[in-house]
Amino acid sequence: MSRHIWDFHGGIHPPENKKQSSETSIRWAGLPERLVVPVQQHIGAPAKPCVNVGDPVLKGQKLAEAAGFVSLPVHAPTSGTVAAIELRPIQHPSGMDALCVEITPDGQDEWIEHQGVGDYETLGKQEILNRIRDAGIAGMGGAGFPSVVKLGVKPDQKIKTLILNAVECEPYITADDRLMRERADEIVQGLQIVAWLIEPEEILIGIEDNKPHAIAAMQKATAGTQCEVVVVPTKYPSGGEKQLIHLLTGKEVRSGGIPADVGVVCHNTGTAYAIKRAIMDGEPLISRITTLTGDCVAEKGNYEVLMGTPVGWLLQQAGVKATDLHRLIMGGPMMGFAVHNMAVPVVKTTNCLLVPNSKEFPDPVPEQPCIRCGSCAQVCPVNLLPQQLYWFAKTKEFDKAAHFNLADCIECGACSYVCPSNIPLVQYYRFAKGEIRTQQQEQAKADHARQRFEARQARLAREEEEKERKRQERAKAAAAKQAEKKAAPAAKAAPASAAGAVDEADALAKLQTAAASTMKRYKEAQKALLTAEKNGSEHLEALQKKVEQLKAKADAAKEAFTTAKNAQGQTADAKPKPAAASKDDPFAALKQASAEDFAAYKEAEKALAAAEASGAEDVAALQQRVTELKARSDASKAAMKEARAREKEQIQAKNAAADPVKAAKLEVAKQQVLLKKASKALQAAKDSDAGADDALESNVKAAEQALEAAEHALKKIEEEQA
Amino acid sequence: MALLSVTSPHIHKPGNTGGFMRQVLYATVPGLFMLTYFFGFGTLINIALAVGIALVCETLILKLRNKPVAFYLNDYSAVVTAVLLALAIPPTAPWWLTLIGTTFAIVVAKHLYGGLGMNPFNPAMVGYVLLLISFPKEMTTWLPAAGLDNTVTAPGIPDSLGMAFLGMNPDALSGATPLDAFKTYAGQPEVLDSNSILHGVFAGFGWEWVNVGFLLGGAYLLWRKIITWHIPAGMLLALFLLSGFFNTAVDADNYPGFLHHLLSGGTMLGAFFIATDPVTAATSNRGKILYGVLIGVLTYVIRTWGGYPDAVAFSVLLMNLAAPTLDYYTQPRTYGHRKPNKGLAKSD
Ligand code: SF4
Ligand code: SF4
Repeated sequence: MSRHIWDFHGGIHPPENKKQSSETSIRWAGLPERLVVPVQQHIGAPAKPCVNVGDPVLKGQKLAEAAGFVSLPVHAPTSGTVAAIELRPIQHPSGMDALCVEITPDGQDEWIEHQGVGDYETLGKQEILNRIRDAGIAGMGGAGFPSVVKLGVKPDQKIKTLILNAVECEPYITADDRLMRERADEIVQGLQIVAWLIEPEEILIGIEDNKPHAIAAMQKATAGTQCEVVVVPTKYPSGGEKQLIHLLTGKEVRSGGIPADVGVVCHNTGTAYAIKRAIMDGEPLISRITTLTGDCVAEKGNYEVLMGTPVGWLLQQAGVKATDLHRLIMGGPMMGFAVHNMAVPVVKTTNCLLVPNSKEFPDPVPEQPCIRCGSCAQVCPVNLLPQQLYWFAKTKEFDKAAHFNLADCIECGACSYVCPSNIPLVQYYRFAKGEIRTQQQEQAKADHARQRFEARQARLAREEEEKERKRQERAKAAAAKQAEKKAAPAAKAAPASAAGAVDEADALAKLQTAAASTMKRYKEAQKALLTAEKNGSEHLEALQKKVEQLKAKADAAKEAFTTAKNAQGQTADAKPKPAAASKDDPFAALKQASAEDFAAYKEAEKALAAAEASGAEDVAALQQRVTELKARSDASKAAMKEARAREKEQIQAKNAAADPVKAAKLEVAKQQVLLKKASKALQAAKDSDAGADDALESNVKAAEQALEAAEHALKKIEEEQA
Repeated sequence: MALLSVTSPHIHKPGNTGGFMRQVLYATVPGLFMLTYFFGFGTLINIALAVGIALVCETLILKLRNKPVAFYLNDYSAVVTAVLLALAIPPTAPWWLTLIGTTFAIVVAKHLYGGLGMNPFNPAMVGYVLLLISFPKEMTTWLPAAGLDNTVTAPGIPDSLGMAFLGMNPDALSGATPLDAFKTYAGQPEVLDSNSILHGVFAGFGWEWVNVGFLLGGAYLLWRKIITWHIPAGMLLALFLLSGFFNTAVDADNYPGFLHHLLSGGTMLGAFFIATDPVTAATSNRGKILYGVLIGVLTYVIRTWGGYPDAVAFSVLLMNLAAPTLDYYTQPRTYGHRKPNKGLAKSD
């Protein structure tokens, strides 16, 4: 049964200090007068409370529901009443309060109806997974990742090795050790449930060689099963998930990957035990084994503690004198967090409460300069260069820190432990990681904003182009009209100057529209700026600039308009009623109507966009208005086009009278257009599956014939002229 | 009750940088003993002088820089610099030589660059090279080792004090070192064979034991995990291979054997105490090997074809210059990555 044990780089051997707590059996911590159960004791979304203040609850009753896939419910650790649901201090590095359900126990400790199953295989995997989720089981060794997420193996993934992490490499902590000594059978049963779920080829139980009793107990419990106890040499941090995987299988989990990528799933001893209790006894996770140790603790040892038990109360039970308190650490000495508030509750991940006195854990001494001795690099289990990372973190060269794989640091603290200059290296790494995270978030935000802005710019540019194109079309039309007027001076009795006046009036009208539209744009921009200011948007400056630009433009346009008007006023005095001509011109009127309608539509659209952007409520109404206006604008445009086409035809006809070749050519062109139209209609009918209409087809044929005839006529005329 | 707020880890290995540096000082004892045995009390006087000057300089500079004096003096780094420099200065040196070298080492080479941990060049070697270039005569006036030809005795305390403080001319006592001797008589096998300076038990007379002394000290440092084997192994291996090759395959009369190189001059002091100065050396293990090898190569090249009989100081300083680049190109492969990062290019 000797199996090859790989080794990982680095590692340290701090004094173990486990004997103080490992030699007494697990004790019941007792029922405190109140329990404060945080709704988030796991990684993922906080659970949603499903009880109300004043509700009576039974032991094991759900207090809050899982909210999402990566989330877990929490349960009442005992029976009693819900005294409060509010923010309370919890153990979190940020020191922030979190939502907790406070329960006043009634002392009955009365269970909710619950039932375990012995032959879980009959229930099917999904049901078992659901039960594990419903029991609120999170990884109990470290971060508290919902166990069910690790257990739900994807169909395309084959798990070769299931590892039970019973290494417990942190000094002082003996919770798993004691649990294995006393409840090995239940742990193995839990492990087998896990094995049944994920069907691994091998099941390994990794235990450090400093726990001979636990090893013996586990070997006894696994006799005759396919589980294999693997003893690994004592070295911190062998219990790190990736380190243990490497020790037992020689595989490396890729940076940023998860163990399942290399066919391994790891679970903690406490978790396996909790799974057993959940499935075979029907009990949700409401208590755990916590080591109470450190020289301030009179009754060192392991306690079975209800989740939500306030730390201060618990320490009292273990005989800690409040006056002795100097330092309180939740977790082990290498990776635990300092606790500042005695009211924080024990949660699913609380494996140890360490209360050293100042002799045991002297206050940290001031840091000396890094002498680049490299001790840190020699012990880093991930094979980083901690001294370089430290350097980059200190000089805020975060990109270089990232380049030196800061992200792979597991914050095990081995480097800080050995640093002769007493540099709190891990603290620097946490700082740098936090900064990098913030930078990335800000970058993402900025990128998003930029994308939005660019999309908007592109849309505006498109619209502008569209407008420009239309303007040019209109200008062309106007030019054609003028040409017509000039070409047929006799047709109209109006004097030549009248045409000039018409032009002038036209130009003036144009100027006016321009002035009005710039003004409008300016007003709009101003409005947008106001809303932006109110909403505290980030583009304020850009907007402000734009507003200024538009104002300048509007002013310029207005001025141009006024000068033009004045000039015209003078000419108008000289020439009576020139403007009448434009009124008499039906085409100009149509054009103006169309332009106005279009402008109204555009404006409405813009208003809509603004409203949408600022999240106004009248969006629906605006939308309707936009649609209406668009219809109107389209209609007037169509009318104008028609008028224009008619006019063109007239002109052409007139011209044709003078020139037969031209007339013939025109005829050909006209027939070509007709043919095209007809074939298009046919095609459309075909595409829309309306059934290729015979009528349409014959139309096309007729058009073809007409075109041929026209071409023929043209040839004849040309020949004649030649 | 005020709970202390400290981030993890909450425990620390006993010891600090001062302890680290003190180990280095202890490790110089065997070498120092040999130097004193063979060359009298000159080196001890140098050390006492250099340490005193270094402490004064360090204190003044720390005051100028507004740093807590006691706290920084406690890191012993100034003492180590002074001792290493004094070990390299000849025992015949007048007091002002030590004064200039030490002051320059502490003030310029260390503090003007930002103090401990920030200096790119080994301060002791900067001081040494400054002296060697400025005062070549004083810096190369060595004594013959005591016991040579059964006639030489090491100078007594009065002579040593006289040379250090009273301007006594050491010329009457002086003699060549084995490195000098070989350089002078290279290519003349008769002279080389008969020169007793070159024929101790395994290498140059007297100096072989000095080097053995420093080798022992180095072994102590390795055992206490103050240094790792990479740099000394790299340097000694390079020296061994090069001298072995030229001696056996090219020409034994012009190229002395490997024992001559390994056990002469500053080889062992350089390999275990100078090149391993962590502040100025490469840091990753692969980088350290390469760094050591290159120092060995440079030492051999300068000793053999250069103008100076010994070359450890120059080689170390040259490689100090290259250390940051070496570090960029010799990063270890991080767990979970296929390849190590090279330079500033990110690999996966
Ligand atoms: S252990 Fe401390 S002093 Fe040594 S290289 Fe690392 S950070 Fe610098
Ligand atoms: S804390 Fe990070 S850098 Fe330090 S030893 Fe652990 S993994 Fe390496």
